[in-house]
Amino acid sequence: MRYFYFPGCTLETKAVGFNRSAKDAAGALGVELVTLPEWNCCGATFPLSTDNVLDLAGPARNLVSTAEAGGDTLAVACATCFNVLRRTNHFLRNNPETLEKLNAFLERPQPYAGQVEVRHLLDIFVHDIGLEAIRQCAVPGLRGLRAAAYYGCMLLRPAAEIALDDPERPDIMDQLLAALGAEVVDYPHRGECCGAYLTVKSPEASMPMSYRILSAAERAGAHVLATACPLCQFNLDWLQARLRQQYASYRPLPVLYFTQLMGLAFGLDTSGYGFEQHYVDPRPVLTQAGVLGEVKAP
Amino acid sequence: MRVTISVEQVRSEWVRRIEEVSGQDVMACYHCGKCSAGCPAAEVMDLLPNQIIRLVQLGQVERALESQTIWYCAACQTCYARCPKGVDLPRLMEALRELAMQKRGDHLEIARLDVQALAEFPQQAFIAGFRKYTA
Repeated sequence: MRYFYFPGCTLETKAVGFNRSAKDAAGALGVELVTLPEWNCCGATFPLSTDNVLDLAGPARNLVSTAEAGGDTLAVACATCFNVLRRTNHFLRNNPETLEKLNAFLERPQPYAGQVEVRHLLDIFVHDIGLEAIRQCAVPGLRGLRAAAYYGCMLLRPAAEIALDDPERPDIMDQLLAALGAEVVDYPHRGECCGAYLTVKSPEASMPMSYRILSAAERAGAHVLATACPLCQFNLDWLQARLRQQYASYRPLPVLYFTQLMGLAFGLDTSGYGFEQHYVDPRPVLTQAGVLGEVKAP
Repeated sequence: MRVTISVEQVRSEWVRRIEEVSGQDVMACYHCGKCSAGCPAAEVMDLLPNQIIRLVQLGQVERALESQTIWYCAACQTCYARCPKGVDLPRLMEALRELAMQKRGDHLEIARLDVQALAEFPQQAFIAGFRKYTA
């Protein structure tokens, strides 16, 4: 299987471990991710005011580029990019006037008609490849590791537009982690906001938000938290140094990308996954659980 | 605190503009409080999300714009997912932020950000933050 792939700004810079592991894990499952030629920033937020058409031009350009390159699907790893691109596509499909305006603005040879499908890698892995094939590929697997799936906002809401999972009781990542052999822990707040960009100006707001998620997962017995969003990963990881100062009984919890866990489960070479760049080093916990160490020959 | 409410305020140009920019009918809200109950940022807000809607319903737009609540909304969409009346509160908050910045300028001075933190933050945090906090 072959899909055009949208990496996004953060996966090419701060979250290279996510990018690398996403491509590796896809490759191990027979999915070829072809980086979209001339991709551009999605804008990192979906414009919420009705008169803000210009902010749709950035994400729309990526959809046009996919169609022009002959693709019918744009695969996305970053949950935020996925959300913005998918919402933009949904909006353009349902607002022909705006679509016409943007087509005129973008001045591309073929006007876009909404034909591209924006899909998250979780969707492609679980629904196109299937859990059984993932289970078979998961050697040595994640046995011994207790993982908490964290969804956040971007994979879930608004549900009518995103349509990936139940916004109140999501389980697609739980299913994937279980297929990898991990013991999946049940915990509350899995679909709650980590604080997102509030951290830029107001870490006092994002701290209690991230704390609620991390402490719930830790209390449920998780060794690691799995995410699909580089901003969630940053907030939930970076803020822990502050949380340790604020809450005496706070116990750190490594935060990993679900694709890093896939690479580990598939026995791939994880040396480019950037574990050393995480603020809470996941390597001791992964080694202790027995899932880091063995490397399959290429 | 004494509050004067008038028909002129309730039907003011500001309320009309907020409804236009957000695409929402503020009178649709009947204050069940689900948005405030589920808001993950409510504990740091000075006014609860449904109180912001109440102020707009009563034409008290200035007071809504003075609240820090509009800046603590991260548009996580939890309220909208649960609203029994389908009020898209994140869109209302966005309209209020835009109005506040039109009146008072940007909410964030980029030059004042901590340089050390700048080096650590992922790109998407800035792009999103600058979009929400600057006009």
